[in-house]
Amino acid sequence: MKWLRDVLDNLKPNFEKGGKFPWLHSTFDAFETFAFVPKTTTSCGAHFRDALDMKRTMTMVILALMPALLFGTYNIGYQHFHSINPSLAFFDGFWDNLWYGIVKVLPIIVVSYVVGLSIEFGFAQWRKHEVNEGFLVTGMLIPLVMPPDVPLWQVALATAFAVVIGKEVFGGTGMNFLNPALLARAFLFFAFPSSMSGDNVWIAQKADAFSGATPLAEMMIGAELPSASWRNIFGCNITWSGFSYNYRHWLMEDYAFGIYWRSTYGAYL
Amino acid sequence: MVKTITVRKGFDIKLKGEAKKRVMDVEIDSYAVKPSDYLGVNPKLMVQKGDMVKVGQPLFYAKENPRILFTSSVCGQVQEIVRGEKRFIEEIQIKASKVQESVSFGEFALDLMDKEQVIEKLLQTGLWTLLRQRPYAVIPNPESCPKCVIITAFSSSAYAPDYNLLTQGREKDIQMGIEVIKKVANCKVHLNVCGKNTTAPEILNLKGVQINRFVGKHPVGNVSVQISRLDPMCKGDRVWYVDIQDLAIIGRFFLSGRIEKDKIIALAGSEVKNPQYYRVRMGACIFPLVNDNVNSQNFLRFISGDVLTGKSIAKTGYIGAYDNLISVIKEGNYYEFLGWIAPGLKKFSFYRTFLSGFTNLLPFSRRKPVEIDTNMHGGKRALVLTGEYEKVLPLDIYPMQLIKACIIGDIDLMEQLGIYEVDAEDFALCEVIDVSKTDIQSIIRNGLELIRKEMGE
Repeated sequence: MKWLRDVLDNLKPNFEKGGKFPWLHSTFDAFETFAFVPKTTTSCGAHFRDALDMKRTMTMVILALMPALLFGTYNIGYQHFHSINPSLAFFDGFWDNLWYGIVKVLPIIVVSYVVGLSIEFGFAQWRKHEVNEGFLVTGMLIPLVMPPDVPLWQVALATAFAVVIGKEVFGGTGMNFLNPALLARAFLFFAFPSSMSGDNVWIAQKADAFSGATPLAEMMIGAELPSASWRNIFGCNITWSGFSYNYRHWLMEDYAFGIYWRSTYGAYL
Repeated sequence: MVKTITVRKGFDIKLKGEAKKRVMDVEIDSYAVKPSDYLGVNPKLMVQKGDMVKVGQPLFYAKENPRILFTSSVCGQVQEIVRGEKRFIEEIQIKASKVQESVSFGEFALDLMDKEQVIEKLLQTGLWTLLRQRPYAVIPNPESCPKCVIITAFSSSAYAPDYNLLTQGREKDIQMGIEVIKKVANCKVHLNVCGKNTTAPEILNLKGVQINRFVGKHPVGNVSVQISRLDPMCKGDRVWYVDIQDLAIIGRFFLSGRIEKDKIIALAGSEVKNPQYYRVRMGACIFPLVNDNVNSQNFLRFISGDVLTGKSIAKTGYIGAYDNLISVIKEGNYYEFLGWIAPGLKKFSFYRTFLSGFTNLLPFSRRKPVEIDTNMHGGKRALVLTGEYEKVLPLDIYPMQLIKACIIGDIDLMEQLGIYEVDAEDFALCEVIDVSKTDIQSIIRNGLELIRKEMGE
């Protein structure tokens, strides 16, 4: 990969102080360190370091999110078709379900990453430090807590709010006391309640005839745990959230946001 | 009675290039005393360039406590006084002469001396500086009183020298050293040995001490970990500690009346052709040891001390005052294409996100020694709560919280989180495995210095 190294070495002076684009230094640094692990050596303290860095750590967290994301994607498709045809079994029309889910999910992921990363890069540049990889995980968690039909401009707004208010105003990664992903959802919940709560939001383009209240809502009006069995709750294929990917989400949906969840994933954000 | 103490947490690092068990003699004529080896000491010179000095002649004293003298370990001429930033004295270099003369300290016998006289003798000869005190890892104040003394007779770090070899034939010196310490400190004296590897009768047959066998992974050899298991520290407590080789030097002086700061040190590292032990005098130049003995194709880093906590020195540099190991590893100033995503069969890692990390599950003896270099393997990032520091820190404290308290310099918070129990070296493993590549040891050191100044010690 000598040629790529040469290209980067040639470009580098342009982004240093006194070059043509010093205001893009953090961006260049982010791409350069993506391609090559830097050659810096230890200057004080221990003379050698572990091979694990933040990039790989966050990559591992994203990998760990993949099963939830894949299941959620499939479940969006399944819940949609299930609302049209209640007799549909979980694995009927597998590819249709999956495709439907992908079409719903992918735009949310793209919007979340594009908006969030641009703000991250901007702030990193402004503060003259490196781009932190933490947002790669946040950007994946935000789609995981959004209803499937949420308008994309709302996702963009919520992501921007979460990154700026949830993280950057407190000094950026490592200084925030709010979990940005959950803040994004809390923001939408209070700013646009109609697209975040109620019977209709958690099944993508739900058929009108289908009742899709969440089990707790059903219990509130006196029904005896209609669709929720423990197996369903932990097995996840019920209707309370577009991604309804695990029971934690259920707790989050109907109880308080955050505290419980932060203790599990929040550390990474 | 021998006590056995097991420490469960920690992480052993097995590196290529352990020293072979043979001791070589080597001729060295350049020596230096480095005031920076003695933490918290502000040196005031007592000699000038060109002066002739004898063994045991004071070179400088500590401004904070003029009773604490630092003496020459060789006889010769002061060749150079190297000054660094703000004219701080970095090295006092001495060229040894052919004939070694030493300062006479008169006739004396330990039995006939009282505590004050012994302390005075130790201060005069500069042997007092071989003792250190927790908290802060500084030379103890002669007026202070420790609650116990710890003699360390093993090391658990990477390339750890074999203390069975280091203490060979020095039983009498060490025993005398123990008597001296008991007279000076007037408290319980612990001798901490390695549960697995310490077999030397020179160590195990010593009298008048509590022998503790420590079993476990690194950092079980660190004084803080041992103190926490034997006699935990509270605010205001002081514990003195001394390396067993340094104790032998003290004992030797009280037996023979002469200062002989001779030690055995290990030369180890992946880049050393013949890693082995050498008999040298304190403050010796390492050049004769490493000159033809290292691979010269690579850029190398010479470290006085171990790779976790040692100080980087030049190829022509000098051994630190408390060190008995020289490590030589490769410099890692190279780029690595997509290195952060590579499967990592040969990389050193604590974590099992690399394939090589799985070998950490094997018992230590079956693990293959790995080769390391000084590359950071990533950029500096914000601290992230991974909960991994706790796995390598066998102390009952919250490492992340303490690090943050040290960064913001909140003394109350540091005290509450147990800063007195630790030293920077305890965080060396945390620093190694840290994914955000933070220099944790210097953060903790700065925190300790802040408190030390605030307390006026």
